[in-house]
This record gives sequence, C-alpha cells and structure tokens, in this order.
Amino acid sequence: MSGPRRPLPGWIDIGLIPLANVLLAFFVAGLIVLAIGANPLEAVRIMLVGALGYPEAIGYTLYYTTNFIFTGLAVAIAFHAGLFNIGGEGQAYIGGLGVGLTVLALDASIPPVLLIPLAILAAAAFGAAWAAVPGYLQAYRGSHIVITTIMFNFIAAALMVYLMVNVLIAPGSMSPESREFAVGHLPFVHEMLGRIGFVMGPTPLNLSILGAALCCVLVWAFLWRTPWGYELRALGHNPSAAVYAGVNPRRMIVLAMALSGALAGFVGVNEVIGVHHRLILNFTAGYGFTGIAVALMGRSHPVGIVLASLLFGILHQGGAELAFEIPTITREMVVVIQGLVILFSGALAHLSRPWFERAFSAIPALRPAAAADAKGA
Amino acid sequence: MLAGAFVAASVAAVTASAWLALGAAILIAVALALLHGVACITYRGNQVVSGVAINILVSGLTIVFGMAWFQRGGQTPPLPPDARFMPIEWPGASALHGVPLVGPVYADLISGHNMLVYLALLAVPLTYWVVNDTRFGLRLRAVGESPLAVDTAGISVAWLRYRAVLICGVLTGIAGAYLSIAQNAAFSRDMTAGQGYIALAAMIFGKWRPLPALGACLMFGLLDAIAIRLQGVRLGGFGEVPVQFIQVLPYVLTVALLAGFIGKATAPRAIGVPYEKEH
Repeated sequence: MSGPRRPLPGWIDIGLIPLANVLLAFFVAGLIVLAIGANPLEAVRIMLVGALGYPEAIGYTLYYTTNFIFTGLAVAIAFHAGLFNIGGEGQAYIGGLGVGLTVLALDASIPPVLLIPLAILAAAAFGAAWAAVPGYLQAYRGSHIVITTIMFNFIAAALMVYLMVNVLIAPGSMSPESREFAVGHLPFVHEMLGRIGFVMGPTPLNLSILGAALCCVLVWAFLWRTPWGYELRALGHNPSAAVYAGVNPRRMIVLAMALSGALAGFVGVNEVIGVHHRLILNFTAGYGFTGIAVALMGRSHPVGIVLASLLFGILHQGGAELAFEIPTITREMVVVIQGLVILFSGALAHLSRPWFERAFSAIPALRPAAAADAKGA
Repeated sequence: MLAGAFVAASVAAVTASAWLALGAAILIAVALALLHGVACITYRGNQVVSGVAINILVSGLTIVFGMAWFQRGGQTPPLPPDARFMPIEWPGASALHGVPLVGPVYADLISGHNMLVYLALLAVPLTYWVVNDTRFGLRLRAVGESPLAVDTAGISVAWLRYRAVLICGVLTGIAGAYLSIAQNAAFSRDMTAGQGYIALAAMIFGKWRPLPALGACLMFGLLDAIAIRLQGVRLGGFGEVPVQFIQVLPYVLTVALLAGFIGKATAPRAIGVPYEKEH
C-alpha cells in the first residue's frame, strides 16, 4: 500500500480488534471440534445451557469467575509494571497455604468474625511474599522474572506435596488432606439466598465473589487514581523515562509483584475457606495460568478482566457439561480454547491489525471520523 | 515436546513403526515451532506469551485428540516392542561382561541403551561444532547479540531466526518421541511433566554452552535417579529425606544461579527482542 496509513480510531483499536482476535480463537476451536467429529454449533449450545441455563449452573459459573478475576487482576497489575508474572499458580497455592495454616492454628480459640479477616490477610501476605521473592531477584539481582516465577511454581507445588503428605495430613487420613476446619467458613451464596426465601441447589459459589468485585474496584483506583499506581504504569510504559521522573524502579518492581501475588493468593480464600473447608492438594487447578489468558483478553483493565473472567467461567462450567453430553469431547477442550485465546489475543495480537487498517482506509464513509481523530490527536 | 510425545505414540500405535513415529513427532514439533516463529519473528509478538500459549494449547489438544481417537482417558494404547526404540546391545557386550573394569563398563554403561540416547549424546558435540565453528553458528550467535549488525552485513535476521526455531523443533520432536516410544510405551497426559523447563534450567546452568549444559543435564538426571532411589530410605542421622526436596533441587539451583549466587550466566543480549527492520 502506498502512503502512510491513518491511525485507527479508538473503538476499533480497543473494541473490534480484541473481539476479532477472540472470534478467531473460537473459530479455530470450532475447527478442532469438527476434526474430532462433533458439531461445533451443538457444542456451543450445550455449553451455554450448561453454564447459564439454570441457577445452579450460574452459581458454578460465577464461582469459577471469582477465581479468574483474582488471577486475571494479578497478571494484569504485573503487566502494567512491565512484568510477566507466570507464577500466579504458585502464588495462589501458597496463599491457600497461608489461609489453611491460619485457620488450622486458630479455629479453636478465635471467633469466626476475627478468624476470617485474619485468614484473608494471611492469603494476601503469603501470596505476596511468594511473588516478592522473584520480584526482588529481578530488581536487585537481575534474574529474569519469567524464569524465576516458573521455577517458583514448581517449588510451591513440591513444598505443598511435602507439607500435605508429611506435616498437615489429618491423623488417620489416607489421602493427603488436612482436618476439616471447625469454624471460619465463608457463607455459601445458596445459603444466604435460602435465608431470604430464594431456594437454589448447593453450588460452591460463596462470599468471595464480593471480594473479587471489591478487588476490581481497588485495583482500578490504585492504578489510575494514586501516585503509586501512576508510577507503576510509568515504569511499565517506559522504564527510563520513569527513572528520570524519580521512580525507584527496584522498589516499584517488588511492590508490583507483591500486589500481584496478594491478588493471586485470594484464590486460596475462595478455595480453602470458601469451598473445601480444609487444605487439599492441587486446589489451584490451573487458575493461575488461565489468569494470563484473562488478563490478555481483558486488556489488563478491570472491566475487561471481569468480562473475560465471565467468559472463561462460562467456558469452564459449560465445558464440564459438554464433556458429560458429548463423550468424545473432554473438559480439556477448555484448555485448548484458553491456549488459542492467549495465542491470538497475546502473541498474534498484530495479526489482524493490518486487515482492519486496510479495510478502514478502503471504506470512504469512515474517513471523516479518522480525519477528526487525527486532528484531535 | 508434549506434542511430539503424543504424536509419536499415536503414529506408532497406528502404524507400528517407530521410524514413522519419530518422523511424525519431528514434523509436528517443527510445525509448532514454526507457529512460534510466525508469532514472534514475523508478527513480533511476545515470545513468552506465545510460548505459554503453545504449551497450554498442546496440553489441552493432546488430551482432546487422545480421548477422541483412543478413548483411554487421554492415554494412547500400549505399544508392542517392534513399534518402539528398544535397547541396542553392542557387539560383544555379553562376551566382554566378564572382563574386569572394562567389561561391566562396556556392557552396562555404554551398551544397552536405545538409539535415541546415543543420538542425544551425539547432538552435544554436533551443537558445539555448529555453534562455534560454522558460518551459520557464528551468525546465529551474532543475531542473538546484535541483530542490527547482522542486518547491516546483509544477512536476513528473520531467516536466521527461523532456522534456529526449526532446529529447536526437530530436537524437541525427538525428545518427545524418546519419552513416549523409547523410555515409555505409551503417551500419558502431561507426561513431559515440566522437563522442557528443566532443560531451560540446564541450559542456564550450563551458561549457554553445550558441553556444560550436558553436565547440568547429567546432574539433573542424577538428582532424578537419587530421588527415586531415596524414596522411603533413612539416611543415618538425618532421618528420612523427603523426596520432594531432591525433586525441587534443579529449580532451586537455577533460581540461585540466576540470582548470581553461583557464578553468572549471561544470556545473549538481544534475547526476546523482536527485530524490526527500519523502513
């Protein structure tokens, strides 16, 4: 093409292109479903009904969504500081360990009103500490955050297996689980709704979802309405400019990672005192990795993250139903979709841009808007 | 690697030929490597994002297709010996076994591995030679340090990087085939179990050089073997050593190395940076 291309207006850049990337991912996923001999449209219908069709399904969907919001925000806040935190999985695991240790130590002596806030603080503190170490190593020792956080995932998993098998296992139990907590359970949503007369079957959805909503607001306020958030984003956009503006990059990296880890640690709250009421192995179940897809799809903005989390919640719950209805399709189809979303809206984010730029320049009706945009900028 | 393992096991199960399986494993791994290349080199995407995406994608795909094709909960059917790479007994191994010192070494240590083990060991000096002594290797390292200089010399940065990614695909394909049709007799879900990451650790531990990397691999392999042996064994004075402590050592050592506590591993300067040609 000759001549410089006009810049794309905002609604295409933040609205249409991400949407196109996600649709592309789903299109490829549809081809895969076709390849194993199932009907993709039928699959979509089953997933939607399975995820949103009745109250219990919605409960499950929102329970998954809660986890994805936490891990999505965790990845996003690190992204804003220019850091790629792959360690959400390990941080969530260790956050859950913090919750479990607190409750196991204190559930005989402290009333739940005090115990639950303490457990939540422990989740944040443990997650933050687990993430701050790679942050510190990156900031002060120059080791690469991606590699260290991957290694920390493995270290967290090994640590948990050791603790569960050798230390925290309930006496007389065959499987590596801790004893059930006496008190300190977060109330289930179906219990709360039951009290006001709305009857619904039991689902794992609990009060943590309000915590997730609160975290979205807090993260937004922190990033866009506080000087620290401004410094953090400045560091991510242009590290050298940020340094000249007086940002201490090392402290900022550690802070960003600690916040990221704390958010990931809240998954432990949802899982340990929200659902299982005991410490078990592998309760993180890949939520930390899904957080990467969520943050990429949601463009690292809380609003986008809520939408992306909801989508992945639907996929997760719908995928379980799908595996039930169509035996040739397994739950792992959701993992495939997740990988495709990361691929198309992350790594191949520039793939569809030229198409839009060409289409945009080709449609005359859109040109005045572009001219106005250019003048405004 | 996971894809290679899966495809090798599937093809071996269907065709009962280890060689066809190896070829298929290499092909699929190269295809995935190319996908990574297209994302990172041509579309200048983030390498880490692309790598994570491909890992997650394959870990799901192998199970989806495994279920659809074989209905064994994501596993492939067990393979008969002729569809695998079996241990090769070197000529005269059993005859020499009685000879002191030389005999057991020859018979038990050198002989009796499968072909891919020897291939892996051969790959080390080969890599050393390619990277250090060939024109391609020198340019390859140059492109990692300063792509601009390479571009100025009139050499295509993208083509060099594509070739590097392709070689990576071939090697990981062989690694996957080794797992599923040489070491084991079937594919099982997520059977690579982080070994690709251990390789990353080994490379860093070997300070980006082939021979020290082989040393690091041998050490990690030794740790693995010790972890299996020590299961439930009591060491005098220490009590039982938890297996997890030994299994986690490669990761801890890598973190310590990266943090500069054990020497310093310097990565190529332009690592992870997409190259954008000036217009």
